[in-house]
Amino acid sequence: MTTSRREFLKIAGASALTLITFPVFPVGAKENVRIPGQDFTSAKPLTARRWAMAIDTSKCSKDCTDCIVACHAIHNVPDFGNPKDEVKWIWQEPFAAVFPDNQHAYSGQAIQKMRLPVLCNHCANPSCVRVCPTQATFKRPDGIVMMDYHRCIGCRLCMAGCPYGARSMNFHDPRPFIAKINPDFPTRTKGVVEKCNFCQERLAKGLLPACVLACKEKALVFGDLEDPLSDIRSLLKERFNLRRKAHLGTRPQIYYIV
Amino acid sequence: MLEKALRGSRGYWTWIIFLLAVVLIGFSFYLRQLDDGLGITGMSRDVSWGLYIAQFTFLVGVAASAVMLIMPYYLHDYKAFGKITVLGEFLAVSAVIMCILFIFVDLGQPSRVMNVILYPSPGSILFWDMVVLSGYLLINIVTGWVILSCDQKEIPPPAWVKPLIYLSIPWAISIHTVTAFIYAGLPGRTFWLTAIMAPRFLASAFASGPALLILFCLIMKKCTGFDAGRSAIQTLARIAAYALAASIFFVMVELFTVFYSGIPEHEEPFRYLFAGLDGHNNLVVWMWASAALAAGALAALIYPRARQNEAILAVACVAVFISLWIEKGLGLVVTGFIPSPLVAVTEYFPTGPEIAITLGIWAGGLLILTMLYQIFLAVRLEKQGQ
Repeated sequence: MTTSRREFLKIAGASALTLITFPVFPVGAKENVRIPGQDFTSAKPLTARRWAMAIDTSKCSKDCTDCIVACHAIHNVPDFGNPKDEVKWIWQEPFAAVFPDNQHAYSGQAIQKMRLPVLCNHCANPSCVRVCPTQATFKRPDGIVMMDYHRCIGCRLCMAGCPYGARSMNFHDPRPFIAKINPDFPTRTKGVVEKCNFCQERLAKGLLPACVLACKEKALVFGDLEDPLSDIRSLLKERFNLRRKAHLGTRPQIYYIV
Repeated sequence: MLEKALRGSRGYWTWIIFLLAVVLIGFSFYLRQLDDGLGITGMSRDVSWGLYIAQFTFLVGVAASAVMLIMPYYLHDYKAFGKITVLGEFLAVSAVIMCILFIFVDLGQPSRVMNVILYPSPGSILFWDMVVLSGYLLINIVTGWVILSCDQKEIPPPAWVKPLIYLSIPWAISIHTVTAFIYAGLPGRTFWLTAIMAPRFLASAFASGPALLILFCLIMKKCTGFDAGRSAIQTLARIAAYALAASIFFVMVELFTVFYSGIPEHEEPFRYLFAGLDGHNNLVVWMWASAALAAGALAALIYPRARQNEAILAVACVAVFISLWIEKGLGLVVTGFIPSPLVAVTEYFPTGPEIAITLGIWAGGLLILTMLYQIFLAVRLEKQGQ
């Protein structure tokens, strides 16, 4: 089909006119148009000198997955449906896997059957940050260890460097495997590594991490470790707690109260 | 000089076309990987590196071994190697190119590879590995090429080449040391967390590289009429023997520390390798084969009467190469991930596409090597004929 110059100008003119007269988004539907990441709230951002989390294992029931479901839904974590390609930010593991040095044959049934939530430890001395060849993973001044999904080249040295198995690789395009996409949080592309970000996007809006809010038993306590008056500080002072593989010197910031 | 790679016998072209076909098959599978993601490989959340990174590690050693020709000739004036130093440099060139390709195909986002240069991270060992590997590639292309073209013109090499050659000696050591540091500096991977890693890498490299060079020399002698000389080949064999002995010794030293101290975290990966762990024993047969081949090859290489027989020497060199390929190109990388940080044992099986891509890169490296050696042979045989 050939279009004459005259016809082309006619169509172009008509299209331009339409654009001027009708707004692209009708005014009445404005509330439905959401620009990802632009969801402003009036609340003040939550800030800290060092974010950390305490997990009260006595309150954590092994059949409950509320924190996992909330986190993975909010952060568009894909479900590839097989353990090989699995992506996970927070999940449960048996006590023996979380604390291999602290398990023995004579500990009680309660310990042996216990399943604990595990996630990125947001180490104060993170080996993943040290090894990354592009600074795609970095530590913020408030202690959160974060990923730049646009800079990551997918070399997976951070996965080898992490002594906690907290990192996942997108072995396929994750988008078709996300049950329901949350427009407020970016989806990832294939070939990048991802992990828990301590809900920095929620903290910026004055909201606590999703897992903390989702836990009905209040087993997860999130707070500023440098604030002597914070809940987490008094909890760590009063109750005996463990950190995973503390002997490696990574200074993990997830404290398990046992 | 480059045009000499385009002149060859029927056998030469058959070999070139065969290699090109393997490269193309590998490339077509790489396109699929580019489309689907690394999920088409056998790598997993637990075993996040596999065949690609293992080949890279093994080939860094092959590349570094060129120094075993350079050092005797240029530092100790060992004349017998004068004819073949260029062979070592060209082997290094093709091995480094394969290394770079293996890193590249292992990336989840290869289009972003330049981020390593755009955001240089001196704290990352991978950044330094890029620096030393590209530097080593450049040094060997330049020195190998200049020396060969000066040979052709029958003029002495220019004065500036000597310092570059001297620089290539510590540089060769550096590429394999830095590669070992990628592994040996990770706090949670006890299998790799050992200071013997770099020395072990170097020792096994200085055995597998010279073994490969001996094989190439023997093949060239049979097929092309170029003779590297008996004393050059025998000296290379002695170097391979010493290096293999050192390599075996370093493994024994590691085994002592691991099993005498009895620290479970350090024992488990070795148990997985040689006996199997929790019923998983994928690599056990391979590792025992590697050990047997190494022992047999060492016996053949240190016994002079055996070493001097070129047929036995060839078999021993094949054994050295296969044994060390299993150790580094198969066992070393995968076992670092076993058991996982959450004490799970996940086996790794490379997939068909992954093996095809791996073979494609090997074929590509051999293609470059064949053409470089063809140029070398053309220049040398021309002079012999005169």
